[in-house]
Amino acid sequence: MIKENLKYTKEHEWLSIDGQEATVGVTDFAQNELGDIVFVELPAKGTRVMAGAPFGTIEAVKTVAELYAPVTGEIVAVNQKLIEDAALVNTDCYGAAWMIKIRMSDPKDVDQLLSAAEYGEMIASH
Amino acid sequence: MEYTPHTEQSRREMLTAIGVQRLEDLFAAIPADIRQQAPLRLPEGLSQAEVDSLLESLAGQNATLPAVISFLGGGVYDHHIPAVVDFLSSRSEYYTAYTPYQPEVAQGTLQATYEFQSMIRRLTGMEVAQASVYDGASALAEAALLSMAHTGRTRLVLAGTVNPRFRSVLETYISAQGATIETAVGSDGRTDFPKLGSLLSDQTAAVIMPSPNYYGSLERWDEGAVLAHRHGALLIAVFYPVSLGLLKSPGECGADLAVGEGQSLGNPPSFGGPLLGLFAAKREFIRRLPGRLIGRTVDALGQTAYVMTLQTREQHIRREKATSNICTAQALLATRAAIYMSLLGKQGIAQLARTCSDRAHYLAARIARLKGYSIPFGAAFFNEFVVEAPIAARTVLDRLRSRGILGGIELGGRFPGFDRRFLVCVTEKQTPGMLDTFVEELRDPSSEGWSDAHPAASFSGRDMTPSDGR
Repeated sequence: MIKENLKYTKEHEWLSIDGQEATVGVTDFAQNELGDIVFVELPAKGTRVMAGAPFGTIEAVKTVAELYAPVTGEIVAVNQKLIEDAALVNTDCYGAAWMIKIRMSDPKDVDQLLSAAEYGEMIASH
Repeated sequence: MEYTPHTEQSRREMLTAIGVQRLEDLFAAIPADIRQQAPLRLPEGLSQAEVDSLLESLAGQNATLPAVISFLGGGVYDHHIPAVVDFLSSRSEYYTAYTPYQPEVAQGTLQATYEFQSMIRRLTGMEVAQASVYDGASALAEAALLSMAHTGRTRLVLAGTVNPRFRSVLETYISAQGATIETAVGSDGRTDFPKLGSLLSDQTAAVIMPSPNYYGSLERWDEGAVLAHRHGALLIAVFYPVSLGLLKSPGECGADLAVGEGQSLGNPPSFGGPLLGLFAAKREFIRRLPGRLIGRTVDALGQTAYVMTLQTREQHIRREKATSNICTAQALLATRAAIYMSLLGKQGIAQLARTCSDRAHYLAARIARLKGYSIPFGAAFFNEFVVEAPIAARTVLDRLRSRGILGGIELGGRFPGFDRRFLVCVTEKQTPGMLDTFVEELRDPSSEGWSDAHPAASFSGRDMTPSDGR
């Protein structure tokens, strides 16, 4: 499932933009490929992140993957509920399983990301 | 699975199947100039009887326990091992098992290790224990790495005197990590608390405190924990498992990580190895533990099942970001340790610890009354202590050796100014009669003929069978 009003990355993250703030999570495609999520490791509030650099990890039973920051900025919120209940990623990846909120240092970073249609094409050819 | 060698026929079948004429053709890619042309220079084969004889003469160059009385400690200890430990651990299911690559099929192996983990957890008072690592030294090194990864800091402080071998392994492990080690040691070999306080900062990853320390003196883990935590650093308690039958556990003292050498639990000294690294921790560090972790769960039919859990810590999944490169455990020694601990039980280990301590204190008191000898460190100790002789320790130990006694570990080499000092350890293996014999042999080194020690390599074969009715 792909939501129309979101932006996407090649590493299967989604972004929801609200002014200068971007909320980040992983897509339905990602949670399906990874399987049962057992743990999500997220950074502390206040951490600065760089577009394209890893900010955390997501663990399934038999594999671990990096989470990449889609834009540059400062982390202003971290989803504590997700740290307590990693399985939310499988059940509600676009809603309750949001991971971090970034205050973007350059909102134009968003232009580099994929639209819903472009992301759809990318995963169709997987 | 069959272990029979190939026959000519099976070789021909295999070569035919892959379309190769001769075995040599498989090596065609190796350049001729680096191939071994001449036959290997091996001596003539020997018959089994000749091999037996040769190996016996080689082995005969070593002294074995109990042919000599040993007061050696320093990290490896001679404790009595009940026959059941050998009997059970020699079962081929335990003895030949390697680290299981399809763990869920090896339920017996996993359960034995799970029981071991549970016992170590209880013994140390910590919240979680893993399946074991190679030895206490590398367990300490891994704990240091964990503390650095957890805190993001690079300074380590050694509180008190750490076993020099543990220290050198630690230095090897962290040498490429940009970490630094500082020490806070007083003149009595124990922690210098004011100095420790001054060395701690927001750059300290951990305080490392062994108790007993290398000289056998007891230390205050609880005070170390308070100081470390004040600066956001971890306390790594280095313990001696048998002593925990008597002493307050690392967990009760607030340690974050507890590591130690487990050889003394059901495994012989064996000339220094194999050894058994113990690693226990507070639950919050569970995702950073090195090595293997066995978990218990239920399967699809609701039956108890054992699994290797949290494998995403390990390198076969996390590669270079793994918590450690360790991907095995000392399973056989851990199984022996579990059997041993289950035989002792809670009361047995308390009794054992009390016996070791009582005998050590008896010996120390008697040596202290010998003319010219002293016990230089006045701190409380468990079963090891330093003796200062009136003459060079080496001379004393050489003479004892010629009398069939391994009197202790010479400290002069490692510790400047300690030429007359040696480290003595007493366990339940030394009867009161042996302790009295030891004291007699130490007596009066100024007497004639005393320093006429035989060369260290020879043994006079003195019969040391205890005769006090035990």
